[in-house]
Amino acid sequence: MISVKNLSKRFGKLQVLKDFNLEFKLGNSYALMGPNGSGKTTMIKTILGMVMPDSGEILVKSQSIKGSHSYRQDIGYMPQIGRYPSNIKIGQLFSMMKDMRPEIKNYDLDLVDAFELDQMNDKAMGTLSGGTRQKVSAALAFLFSPDILILDEPTAGLDPIAVEILKAKINKERVAGKLILITSHIMSDLEELTNQAVYIFDGEVFFNDTIESLKEMTGEDRFSPAIAKLMQWTLKKKATNPKMSHVETT
Amino acid sequence: MLKLLKYALYDILKSRFAMIYTLFMILVAVSIYQVSDDLSKVSLSLMNIMIMIVPLISAVFATTHFYNNLEFIELMLAQPVKRSHVFLSQLLAVILMLSLSILIGFGLPMLLWGADSSLITLLGVGVILSAVFAGFAFLASVLTRDKAKAIGISLGLWIYFSLVYDGFVLYLIYSFADYPLDKVTLGLVMLNPVDLGRILMLMQLDISALMGYTGAFFKQFFNSGLGMLIIFISLSVWLVVPVWLSGWIFGKKDF
Repeated sequence: MISVKNLSKRFGKLQVLKDFNLEFKLGNSYALMGPNGSGKTTMIKTILGMVMPDSGEILVKSQSIKGSHSYRQDIGYMPQIGRYPSNIKIGQLFSMMKDMRPEIKNYDLDLVDAFELDQMNDKAMGTLSGGTRQKVSAALAFLFSPDILILDEPTAGLDPIAVEILKAKINKERVAGKLILITSHIMSDLEELTNQAVYIFDGEVFFNDTIESLKEMTGEDRFSPAIAKLMQWTLKKKATNPKMSHVETT
Repeated sequence: MLKLLKYALYDILKSRFAMIYTLFMILVAVSIYQVSDDLSKVSLSLMNIMIMIVPLISAVFATTHFYNNLEFIELMLAQPVKRSHVFLSQLLAVILMLSLSILIGFGLPMLLWGADSSLITLLGVGVILSAVFAGFAFLASVLTRDKAKAIGISLGLWIYFSLVYDGFVLYLIYSFADYPLDKVTLGLVMLNPVDLGRILMLMQLDISALMGYTGAFFKQFFNSGLGMLIIFISLSVWLVVPVWLSGWIFGKKDF
């Protein structure tokens, strides 16, 4: 469904993605993990076409996304920090987004109803709290029942009730056979919502397999310690390849 | 594209700035109409104000608008719409708003108290200058991530084209006063959109006679069909090149 091939991206001196290869298949739910600044959001934004890669290509539904825009129709994106024009009202925002996808007539209003967003139609986006804005982002991502859902830290900033509503909705879509990509630092959420683990470290894919094999490989029977072990390995790997050039040159 | 423009315009026309700018233009026009009954004097005074104010407002407003609308731009980029359309709709909305303010602000008093061809030209020059400087401002905005820096670049361009460039031309004319400079000055005028607008206006008024031989030469040149064509082409270049360049950079920008 989504293939990332030999993707490289650098911001100034910082090489964020190094020759990055990944394959996301329909019907699976992927947990995208990695320390802060490891390139998770950059990769997501590259898939969405918001960040332009230096080299490599991305195929969505086996079509290259370069120069294309219609493929974004199949993607529901929930950003890490939802940034919206501050003077637009919730109702206007929703009708605007519907206007951007005129072919789609059936809307998935589960989250709009569950979060009771239709009762706040006249509230301006600028006056909303961070959590409510997250709810709006989530409702928008699911609104058009897209085949691909990309959720960047979906549960951050939400209250416990909202988190449960959102998780139930994600699982519902998962059962319906959607491709779901989730980044999060909350391991328990990922364990509930995903079956595939992708661990990114320093712009490279360090681990990419099912969660079962991750547990098997690390010898842990729970998800959280398994990931912790994986993180320790990455740190060790870093320590075994120290840059000693200053020793050699002097 | 039209949808994007609709939402961009909807946002910008509601803004307080559009109202204040239009009111300011009306105020300026009304007060100058009150001072004099002579239409050519009115149009000369309006021109002097407009040629300073319009590029300045246009440059500063377009830059701040771009940065204030970054959220909207980011939101749109994740939707199934073309990047170039997102960019062009924002730019067009700014140009339309600035032009409308001038057309309403100066046009209403003209409807009330009459206008001649020079005043109509004034409206055209105002619209063109707004568009050119909005283009400069968008170029400055896509070149840097820092709002303050972008406003600095826009202001710098305004100062250069409105003040510094004329000083430079004057210096050149005085230094080489012994040589025939009419063609050189003509060439130099093409390199500054503000001067082009000013000349277009002055040629409509009869004061070009005051400018001596160069004035006569200019009048002859700009009243010919070829002269008008050249002005039109150079103004188009001043509009299209910054817009094209900024659109190209916007197309490769990371958000």
